Formats: sequence, structure tokens, C-alpha cells
Amino acid sequence: MPKLAEQIKDAAKKLLAEQKVDLVVGFAEGSLPLRGTPLFARTPEEADKLTWNLGCENNLANYLRKKPGKVAVVAKGCDVRAIIALVKENQINRDDLYIIGVPCSGMIDRKKTAALLDDEDILAIEESGDTVVIKSNNSSATAKVADLLHNSCRDCSYGNPVIYDELVGELLPEKEAADFTEINDFEAKSVAERRAFMNSEFSKCIRCYACRNACPLCYCEECFVDCNQPEWIGKSAYNTEDNILFQVVRVFHCAGRCVDCGACERACPMGINLRLLTRKLVKDVKELYNAEAGVNMEDKPALATFTVDDPEAFLLKE
Amino acid sequence: MIISKKDIPGFLDKLISEYQVFAPVQEGSYTLFKSITSGTDAVLTADNTKLPAKEIFFPQSEKLFNYNVTETGAKLETDIDDRKKVIFGVRPCDARSLVLLDNVFNNDKFQDPYYLTRRANTIMVGIGCNTPASTCFCTSVKGGPFDTTGLDLLLIDTGDAFVVEVVSDKGKALAKQAGFAAASDNDKSAAAKAKEAAKVTCQVNIDGLKDKLDINFYAPIWDKIHEKCLGCGACTYLCPTCHCFDIVDDAVDCNGCRVRNWDSCAFPIFTLHGSGHNPRTSNKERYRNRIMHKFKYFVDNFGEIACVGCGRCIKNCPVNMDIRVVLDDVRGSEARLDS
Repeated sequence: MPKLAEQIKDAAKKLLAEQKVDLVVGFAEGSLPLRGTPLFARTPEEADKLTWNLGCENNLANYLRKKPGKVAVVAKGCDVRAIIALVKENQINRDDLYIIGVPCSGMIDRKKTAALLDDEDILAIEESGDTVVIKSNNSSATAKVADLLHNSCRDCSYGNPVIYDELVGELLPEKEAADFTEINDFEAKSVAERRAFMNSEFSKCIRCYACRNACPLCYCEECFVDCNQPEWIGKSAYNTEDNILFQVVRVFHCAGRCVDCGACERACPMGINLRLLTRKLVKDVKELYNAEAGVNMEDKPALATFTVDDPEAFLLKE
Repeated sequence: MIISKKDIPGFLDKLISEYQVFAPVQEGSYTLFKSITSGTDAVLTADNTKLPAKEIFFPQSEKLFNYNVTETGAKLETDIDDRKKVIFGVRPCDARSLVLLDNVFNNDKFQDPYYLTRRANTIMVGIGCNTPASTCFCTSVKGGPFDTTGLDLLLIDTGDAFVVEVVSDKGKALAKQAGFAAASDNDKSAAAKAKEAAKVTCQVNIDGLKDKLDINFYAPIWDKIHEKCLGCGACTYLCPTCHCFDIVDDAVDCNGCRVRNWDSCAFPIFTLHGSGHNPRTSNKERYRNRIMHKFKYFVDNFGEIACVGCGRCIKNCPVNMDIRVVLDDVRGSEARLDS
């Protein structure tokens, strides 16, 4: 990781010094243990703050829309998938974007690290190869990075950026796509059980919209929840039905566009299992259209194209 | 006075028969203040609850009144919550936040009956913080791990028991009613030791911050600070002192209720005018407002900083936007005090 950080720094400084780009979006060391935080570097000096660690979990594609000038981005696999989806939707001009691709084997979930130390205040997390040492005031624990990954990272088979202008580090061995066990289990539940699960999850929602704002594909100028004429949805948070409506509409709007980066779930302060919904749509789109969003520059977004042999089970008995 | 930890559930059960008792309750990986039905539900070992205690007094969504309009006229019904409450296990930062919020809901211009009725009918029982978290900076904003501001009783964890410190008359009456045993000299010295041992390691320097904010509204620093902010409401909704709200009608035709909802200055529609004009056009103006409101406007209006250093915004920001770093950046920014 420190080596990658140096390579990222060098690449960024070079781009800025040679004035190939006006801005580099990457990660700096954050203020919490093993936490990367988005950084916007406009000079080689500012680029000196760039880093790379197991806490660079934000999807930086979120910051690239409508940025003036030439922009470079430090992008892991899921960032690149989101960039591709945004390029296809005319939100990013590929010619104005320089992608510093970083192969990524996953970011760690601080909730999982905290759970290892009984939710004590984590004071330090030290990386050492494929393990991390987690320290609190009174105790410490060593764990495999692979066991601490975000679920989205655990399931991700696109850690290698699928497009880039420059690659930093070595490409990782191909990883097989994860199955949809959690989704299958959820689908196997009865309607009443699924409803009960939704009610229990979304009673936690505080409507802070962190999920929506963290999602690189959620970029409507006016989100339907913010519209009050007509008022599509109740504005009050006491109604779980409205919380569910918000999320279900959001997820459906991302159908065929969602790159399964898990940014929504990571952003949620209330720990709602949002990815169960987003991944259900990922599964449906994969099964119905054999499509995945943002995995190459060529495919049209699943819902923006039509072929005569598209399944029409929702319409016709097949 | 002192109460043994094993007697806490029984003590709470007694309180429940007379009061609506709120205490931290485990909800997955975090705790939340909930109205408890059994003393054993209270979790007193965790650090701060995910949502602050303000939501008990100023709920995220509160029905102000129901209304219906018929041919014979309009009918309004208000239901003000005047149940007697005990908030048990509140941390000193959250208790202090309510004293700050009192300025907003009870001042020369406005007295908010919903908030004030709850405040008047509530007894606050706090627990001091023996091990403040690394994100706590209460001592930098006039608080402290054993600060009694806003409390009626303060409990100090001495291992197997809590030493009880009486702060107010309300607390005195509750303690008398509970019949707590007297604390021995040993217990008292254990409590004193716990207080002394508790260290808030994080300090935020706010010297000169207000002077700077008085003059740097247009400073270039604001162009940079907000850049990574996603514009979500996580920090404001989890903040014990943020108190902006919006009022909406939840109604079909003329029958329904008027509701007060938390609002957030981070949202694009927060100051959107009916005309379509928005004086805070981008994240820059919105994030600046959050800082200005806490560290300048609130000071101008009420002589206090509207931050208690609980660290919730630091721990929960999706992009690690850290208010400590922001304040440092503002203090160190180029806006000149003599310009």
C-alpha cells in the first residue's frame, strides 16, 4: 500500500506539473484510523497529500460530474465502473478525464473491525500485508483483511479497473463473480417475511439521504423526494412506508445503472442493509438481460436498449 | 450516595411505574434512546447513542396539531406530550446540548410549548464518561466528561457501582425517593479518581475562531472546505445541537395534521424560495452556513457555541469531513483579522 501511495503521488504530481490536468481527485489520509478522505489537488504540492490505504472506500466518480477543465481521478475498480456508466449517460466527457487506475482487492469495513474489539473506540489500525492489527485503549486484535472487507468488496469481481489511462501497481488475478446467495435467500422468504424485514430495516431510516448523495449514479437535479408540487412522498420520517418508498424508487431508478459499489450502504449512518435492494436489481438485470453496468465502454445501458429476444415475462406468458 | 450496578434494573423498573423512562438500548451495532419497559433493557456501557437525546424533546417529526374542516367550521386538536419522563444514562455532552437548545425554544420572541413542556416534565440522569472517545472534544467547547450542565443527577462509574452526585432540586427529590445508600469515603474517593483519570485527549483550538468568522464570510477558504461534502444530512441529523426544522402539512384536502420535521442546511431545498431563487446556490454556501451557525450566529444570538464536542459528525460522515479539521482550516485561513 505505501508503494501504491507513492506511485499515485508521482503520477498525480507529474500530471499537474506538466499541466495535463487542472485537478486530481484522490484520497488523503483521513482523521480516523485507516480512513482515506477525498482530496482535491490542484498543485503538485497539494498532490503530496495523496495516499492509498484500506480505507479509501468512497466512490470518487461522485465528484467528477460537471467539473470544469481536465480532471484526473485516482480510481479503483468500482469507481471506474461508475465512471463508465456516467460517461454513457453523458455526465462525464471521457476526453476531459484522465483515469489513474488502481487495482483494488477491497476496502475494510470499520464496523467489522470495531466488532472485533466489542465496539470499543478504535485508536489505530495498522496494515501489514494481508492482515491488519486493530488497537483500542485496552486491547488489540489481528485479523485477515479478507475477513474485514465491506460486503460489496467481498462480492466484487471487478477490482481491476476495466479502463484507465495509466495503471498504478499490478493487475490482480481475476476473481470469480460472487453468487447471489443473500438475494436468493431473501427471495425465498414469504411476502409477509420480506415485508417484515423491510419494515424493520426502514424504521431505522432518518431520511438524511446520505445513501442518495453518496451514490455516483444518483444525480437528478431535483430528486423526487425534494419535490413538493406534486408531493410524491411524505416528508416526515415517522412513516416507515414513506422511507421504504424513497429507497425503493431510488433503487429502481438505478436499475441497470447500479455498479454495485456499495457506496449507499457504507454512507448510511443507521446501518441499513441497503445493498440487499440494490443487489437484487443487479441480479435481475444480470438474469434478464445478461447485462452488468459499467463493465465496458461498448455495451449500452441495459434499460436504454432493446433486442427482440429480450424477455417479456412481465408482459407476456413465455 | 451510591447505587450498585446490580440494583440499576430494579431501580429503573420502579421508575417505569411512575415515569416514561428513556435509556440507551442496543439496536444492532449501536445504541439509541428508547422508552424502555424493563430495567434490563438499558445499556449503560456503550459510548454515546447514535442519535442524540435531543430527539426525545424535539423529535425528527412532530405532529403540532390535527385539523379538519367541515361545513360547520375548522377544528384543531393539539396533543402536547406532558408525560413525566426520566432520561437515564445521558452523557454530559447531550445534557449540555439541551441547555443550548433551550435558547432556541425559549427566548424573548418564542416559547415552544411542545419542547418546553417536555423539558419541564423531565428528569435528566447522566452518566459521566470514564473513557472519552478519541473523537470527543467536549472540553474544548466548555463541556467535560463529568460536566453537570443540564443534569439533575450525575452517576459516576466506580466499577461495581455508580456514585450519585445531586445536581438540582429535581435530582435531590428523585434521589430521596429512590432511597440511595450513602456513599462511603472509599466510594467517594473512587469517584474522584475516576473523574481525574478520565482524559479527553482531543483538543480543538477555538481561540479567535469567532473573530475570524465575523469577517471571513467571503474568504477563499470556503471555496475549498466544502469540496468533498456530499450534501447529505447525516451530520446535522446526528448533531445534538442542530435544530433547524421545516413545517409541512400531512393532509388530504383539509383533513390532516401539521408536522414539524428536522431540516438540514446541507440540503439544496433548505433555503429554496418560492420564486425558485436560492440564496445558497451550492454546497459551499450550505456548508459555510453550518459552520457559521454553530460558531458565529449562535454566539451572536445567545452567547454560546452551538457545539458540544460529542464527535458524532466526525464518526458518521460518509466522507470523513471532520469538523475539527475544518475549524483548524478556518482558523488558519488567510482572512485577515485586521482587514
